[in-house]
Amino acid sequence: MQRSIILPVATRFLMPLMLVFSIFLLLRGHNEVGGGFVGGLVAASALMLYAISTSPSALWRLLPLDPRFIAAIGLLISLFSGFISMFYEKPFMTNMWIEAPLPVLGKIGTPTLFDLGVYILVVGVVVWILLEFAEDE
Amino acid sequence: MLFLMAIAAGVLFAAGIFMILRRSMVKVLVGILLLGYAANLLLFNAAPLIRGAPPLIDPVIGVPTVYADPVPQALILTAIVISFGVTAFAVVLIRRAYAVTGTGDLDNMHCTDIPCESEEILSDLEDEIL
Amino acid sequence: MTALSITILTGFLIAILAPFLTRLMKHRAAFVLALYPLAVVIQLLALQPDTLTAPSIQFPWVPSMGLWMTFTLDGLGFLIAMLIAGIGTLVILYGGEYLRDDPYLERFFLWVIIFMASMLGVVTSGNALVLFVFWELTSISSFFLIGYKFEYESARAAAWQALLVTGAGGLAMLAGFVLLGQITGSFEINQWMQNSNLVQESALAPAAFILILLGAMTKSAQFPFHFWLPNAMEAPTPVSAYLHSATMVKAGVYLLARLFPVLGGLALWNQVVPWVGLLTLVGGALLALGQTDLKKLLAYTTVSSLGGMVFLLGLGTPLAVKSAMLFLLTHALYKGTLFLVAGGVDHSAGSRDIRKLGKLAKLMPFTALAAGLAALSMAGIPPLIGFISKEYVYESTYYYSNLPFILTGLAVLANVANVAVAGWVGIRPFWQQPEQKDEDLHPHKESLWLWIPPLVLAITGLFMGVFSQGTAQTWVAAATSAVLQEMSKVKLSLWHGITPMLLLSVLTLMIGVVVYLASRTLIPRLAAFWNKLSSVGPNIFYSRSMRAFLSVAGWQTKILQSGYLRYYIITILVTTVTLAVVTLATRYDSLPNPQWTQPRFYDVIFIVIIIVSAILVTRAESRLATITLLGAIGFSIAILFLLYSAPDLAMVQFAVETLTVVLFVLVIYQLPKYTKSNYPIHANVLHIIVSAAGGIMMVVLMLLTSAVPSNSTLAPYFMESSLPLAKGHNVVNVILVDFRGLDTLGEITVLMIAAIGVFALLGLKKGSKRGGNG
Repeated sequence: MQRSIILPVATRFLMPLMLVFSIFLLLRGHNEVGGGFVGGLVAASALMLYAISTSPSALWRLLPLDPRFIAAIGLLISLFSGFISMFYEKPFMTNMWIEAPLPVLGKIGTPTLFDLGVYILVVGVVVWILLEFAEDE
Repeated sequence: MLFLMAIAAGVLFAAGIFMILRRSMVKVLVGILLLGYAANLLLFNAAPLIRGAPPLIDPVIGVPTVYADPVPQALILTAIVISFGVTAFAVVLIRRAYAVTGTGDLDNMHCTDIPCESEEILSDLEDEIL
Repeated sequence: MTALSITILTGFLIAILAPFLTRLMKHRAAFVLALYPLAVVIQLLALQPDTLTAPSIQFPWVPSMGLWMTFTLDGLGFLIAMLIAGIGTLVILYGGEYLRDDPYLERFFLWVIIFMASMLGVVTSGNALVLFVFWELTSISSFFLIGYKFEYESARAAAWQALLVTGAGGLAMLAGFVLLGQITGSFEINQWMQNSNLVQESALAPAAFILILLGAMTKSAQFPFHFWLPNAMEAPTPVSAYLHSATMVKAGVYLLARLFPVLGGLALWNQVVPWVGLLTLVGGALLALGQTDLKKLLAYTTVSSLGGMVFLLGLGTPLAVKSAMLFLLTHALYKGTLFLVAGGVDHSAGSRDIRKLGKLAKLMPFTALAAGLAALSMAGIPPLIGFISKEYVYESTYYYSNLPFILTGLAVLANVANVAVAGWVGIRPFWQQPEQKDEDLHPHKESLWLWIPPLVLAITGLFMGVFSQGTAQTWVAAATSAVLQEMSKVKLSLWHGITPMLLLSVLTLMIGVVVYLASRTLIPRLAAFWNKLSSVGPNIFYSRSMRAFLSVAGWQTKILQSGYLRYYIITILVTTVTLAVVTLATRYDSLPNPQWTQPRFYDVIFIVIIIVSAILVTRAESRLATITLLGAIGFSIAILFLLYSAPDLAMVQFAVETLTVVLFVLVIYQLPKYTKSNYPIHANVLHIIVSAAGGIMMVVLMLLTSAVPSNSTLAPYFMESSLPLAKGHNVVNVILVDFRGLDTLGEITVLMIAAIGVFALLGLKKGSKRGGNG
């Protein structure tokens, strides 16, 4: 099959943009439309776009970690964010916030961490599943 | 509008049910997807349909007077993402089943690993208990 | 008491560790494991209750439902617990030797100790529900122990039979407990006793009594449920000695004795219990006389003795209760001994057929001694405790107000059988010439740990007889006091002077000896007679009903479990639709009027796209077209979400739709091609009707729900508290990550599991290929 040159070139610009956009979605999720789920899905789409325009193995090389680990880390982060409040003798998953807002990130608290975990897990799971399919051809 | 939404969901339900009654595994999967859409619409219809008032709190005004119910939205959001995982899993199951049995027809698959004659199993059980 | 109940419960832990210990120490693990019952014995002796006040302790179970784990120890519980722990110690030591080279020895230890702890739990429970749990645990451990030699079909069948019979009885008993709980408002047995007048006035009491009696009858092998006990002799002999003679089968007797203060006042008690017991007493004795197998002989006399205990409790006079308690103690001592002796004989001589055994005393002097002592006790010959016990039984019947002569006569008859069987089992194999020569039998010498336990038991019986005014008297008095709920004095002595009871004893002994000598003619005749009768016996009824049960199960499975997905779905749908229609028809005279709003132009477009695509999907014959149509539906729904104030949903739906299309594009050519559905027309019509009905039902339900004014307090709550409590402006996201964060955690776990599932089905086979990449 003859590959079009347009897609790989476009992807080279699109993918980083989409990834940045996904992080933007994640961060503003608590106050505006967005959140970990949709952010993760957008990031996964960006990565899959890359895989389709080049090859699944290229994506493998690009990823810092096996998507299995990415998904697992996401789940662990979400789980851990629930435990933080227990160190302060509050029930599991009570929200805790750092009082002073940080630059760029805004107000940070355990729900932010939880959402980050969701984001990472969704990226990991989606990329994992789709790569399994892509490689199985 | 409510009526139209209900009709749309009803048609999706009917189509979904019809598809999961088919013999082809792929069609059954399509039926499951349709039922997923229908269920999401059902949930969405459970709260009043309101235009242009997402459940966001305005930094200046605070809680708006009119807003869409956030609860069904939260329910549907995770349901959509999970349906992706479930779809992927179902597709793989179908693929494996197809690879193992060489058929996509459910009627050819209803006894693969146990002896099909239920009498045979029963007589074994009988020997055991009596 | 706290220490005792903790020790008892520790048994379950010890049981789990037992197999590991056995792997380490082989059969010598017995010496370590025997410390558990020994510890219980010591603690019991320290607590020894001799008054009516029983120590008790409560652990919270479900305090909000008023459920407490109550443990208590009164005279009755003490007596049986002593037997359980004392004989248990000996049985573990014996079993370690008996099953020395058996590959499954660890399972024996595991289940015997579980049984021991459960049985101790039964007799120390102060709460009926706790008692039930332990009761069922004894049934389960009995199942595994009977089926110990699981390679044999007969062992498996016997295990099943015992489990089904005692399990069914246990369920009946639970129902009875629930009824008593309803009457008295408590499951504490103590409360039941205090409210026994409530019970006696209640109309539910007879039902509760019958149900509980069923539990006791099945467990204690009362006619017509006696048949499982002789079959249970498939178990290894130490198990038979322990569970099926000395302890577990006494649980039914225990239950009746325990509830005697509660139910004993019912008229039904006196009308039913004695007859059940009497029938079992006599029937078991006569059945025993037709046997030639040592264990079967002992099993049927056990059935008979259990009948005797139930009979005495049924009479319910203070004297009868005393004899029942004494008999319970005595029987455990001599029957346990004889079973252990039978095991030793089987082990040494390789046979259990009394016609082939003989002259073993030279090879097995100590076993012979133990057997002789136990046989004398069983035959009721002084100075053994069996003699006192039998005298008491005669006294109970002789002075009973109703039909004393008939009852006494039948008791004598049963005891005659006991005398004969005692001789056949305890005397004949050791001292007489075998009736038939069997060249294949090569008896060898007895082993140390096969004769010490029975001898200890037998000597205990001797001591209790000779020094009857000591321990035995105290224990029996304490148990009797607990049953009668009043302080009772018991006086045990070997010599009462010349009384009618003594004459009856002599008579029993004389006839018994005659029967003993007549074995050659008697056994085959009785065996033939019972054989003829067995075609109408309860055993046949059991197998018939099991067969009927299985064929009904097979029939209904064939009807309900067709194995075709569509029939299941149609069944579910038709049921749901019917129920919904019935509810709607009965609850609503007219459909309520929903709030209509004018649809807008864009709404109509996307709704039409959804409807048309959904209909086309059902007609599509190519997989690619299907995916396109599904995409159209998904994107239209996303736009509807966007239009109706759900931007988060719209974004997620767009993203997922895109990824789903990618997924399908990746696999589409590996999925099976569409097969032309070749249903007959009528099936297709049925499917269309069913799906249309389902769709219409959903439409109606949706319209109904939206017609109900929404007064949900959830939405305002989340809207109001989102900012102050969770510091977030996007309420949907706040619900997901904060208010309902735990749900979301569950949901992302599901996603993870789905991915693992995909990986497991697809990925494993190429794990090696990927190698360094990951």
